[in-house]
Amino acid sequence: MTLDYLLTLMTFCGIYSILALSLNILIGYAGQVSLGHAAFFGIGAYASAIFTVKLGLSYWVSLPLSILITAFFGFLLGLPSLRVKHDFLVLATIGMNFVVVSLFNYISFFGGPYGIVGIPRPSLFGHTLMTIGYFLYTLFWVILVVFFVRYLTKKYVRYGFEAIKEDEWAAESIGVSVPRFKIYAFTIAGALAGLAGNLWAHQMGAIFPDNFSFPVSISILTMVVLGGIGTIIGPIVGAVLLTILPEILRFVQDYRMFIYGAIVVLLMLYQPSGLLGKKGILRRLVAR
Amino acid sequence: MFLQNLVNSLVLGSIYVLIAVGLTLVYGILRILHIAHAGIYAFGALMGLTLYKLTGNILVSMIFSAVLSGFLGILVYRYFYRKVLSESRIVPLVISIGLFVAMQDLYRLIWGPYKEAFSANFNIPDIVTENLIITGDQIFIVLVTVISLVALYFIMNKTRWGKALKACADDLQMTGALGINIERTVMLGFFIGSFLAGLAGVLVGIYDNSVYPTMGEVPSYKAFVVVVLGGFGSLKGAVVAGFILAGAETFLVAWKGFLLPRDAIAFIAMILLLMFKPSGIFGRETG
Repeated sequence: MTLDYLLTLMTFCGIYSILALSLNILIGYAGQVSLGHAAFFGIGAYASAIFTVKLGLSYWVSLPLSILITAFFGFLLGLPSLRVKHDFLVLATIGMNFVVVSLFNYISFFGGPYGIVGIPRPSLFGHTLMTIGYFLYTLFWVILVVFFVRYLTKKYVRYGFEAIKEDEWAAESIGVSVPRFKIYAFTIAGALAGLAGNLWAHQMGAIFPDNFSFPVSISILTMVVLGGIGTIIGPIVGAVLLTILPEILRFVQDYRMFIYGAIVVLLMLYQPSGLLGKKGILRRLVAR
Repeated sequence: MFLQNLVNSLVLGSIYVLIAVGLTLVYGILRILHIAHAGIYAFGALMGLTLYKLTGNILVSMIFSAVLSGFLGILVYRYFYRKVLSESRIVPLVISIGLFVAMQDLYRLIWGPYKEAFSANFNIPDIVTENLIITGDQIFIVLVTVISLVALYFIMNKTRWGKALKACADDLQMTGALGINIERTVMLGFFIGSFLAGLAGVLVGIYDNSVYPTMGEVPSYKAFVVVVLGGFGSLKGAVVAGFILAGAETFLVAWKGFLLPRDAIAFIAMILLLMFKPSGIFGRETG
């Protein structure tokens, strides 16, 4: 248990917090359940990896570019949500996740199953960001994202999201453009997931298609739901909890996945609105 | 080659149908995306092999394993889904996912992580002609599927239970108000669906000659493609879509130069269908 190990773990907690917050914009604010969020995560990571490794661009150029590209894909893949609703949307997003991963796998430009390796760490003022630096850099982004999400919830956008989440027809009837807000939600969520993908790629140094497969989408969703849908702190708590949990469970190595699954099931059975949701246990502790 | 592909798609389709029918049944009644269904399917296969080792009779162990799978389905409903039916729909979905993860690991602990061979003999001769091979296994699978589907048709249309199931799928509360025991009917739905999933597990185990704890992974999402293509909650749709999907996959993969793997084909088909006819081939238009 060294400091490096802890810092790296915290960096992952930060990256997953951004991912969970971005999915929360879709699920918690706009009511669009997606089980393919790892696709955006992967697109962000691959975009940044291609810009820095294949095209030799600097990290600071590739960062905004990769976010923009993922935002664009968020916009693009959000278009089906205008037609496909509820459980159908869940399945359509699962489908997208599979299609994106198989494109990474089968197109040689993306490196196929061997992925892309040798992704550089960013450097700031001539210093390459190593463990501590990268952790602080990630933390900086987490804080920025939290403020951004808070800003969103205070703005007019929030009312639009809330309206389409509660009842699309009613929203439409009072003049809230449902398509516009759905596309907003997908674009913003895509951009934030792209940021997380960028951070992940430059932390790992090498990315493979399987890093962004369906099980990853599942864990992102689980983070949001366990923490508390529609809150800001909830997804972060969920992300930290589910990132640390497998590490804590190392001492029961052989039963790890079983206990992980059991904890998820039990938490959902007894805390259906999430730990920090409406009736959540942590929420009550904080409120007291 | 064409005939061979046709036979292969028929067999693959049979398995898709057996898994998807249970899923669509559950969705029709409770509107739950029942991912753990694939866990029950793996249970059926593992249990089937264990029973086969004990008894040496494949028919007995297959049916017994399917019955046990059916009861496992009832357990899943009673202890995991029933409590959270009134919550937001995402809650049972996450429970189902967690359950599936836990189930797979539990199987690994009980049965071990390795693939085990499942070679059973049905005494059905292989049919071998110049350019067509139909194995005894394949005949058996199609036979079991046909019998199960006929039985299912009979139960759904000719018995009171089946009518109650259909009524529940239409409107759960209204059916309850009319004096039908909802609890029992839902459990029956889970039993039938899980029975068929367990049956499919045994059949796949024999067909691939291997059984392992994570064999439910692909069906866990693949079966949903069939359900969506057929229209959520539509039994007839699931049957038709299962065979169509199996055929499309088999022929597209056989056709040289197709870039993407089977799963991607299935999902692209699903997304396209969702875009143009979101309610599926046989689905009812709902809001």
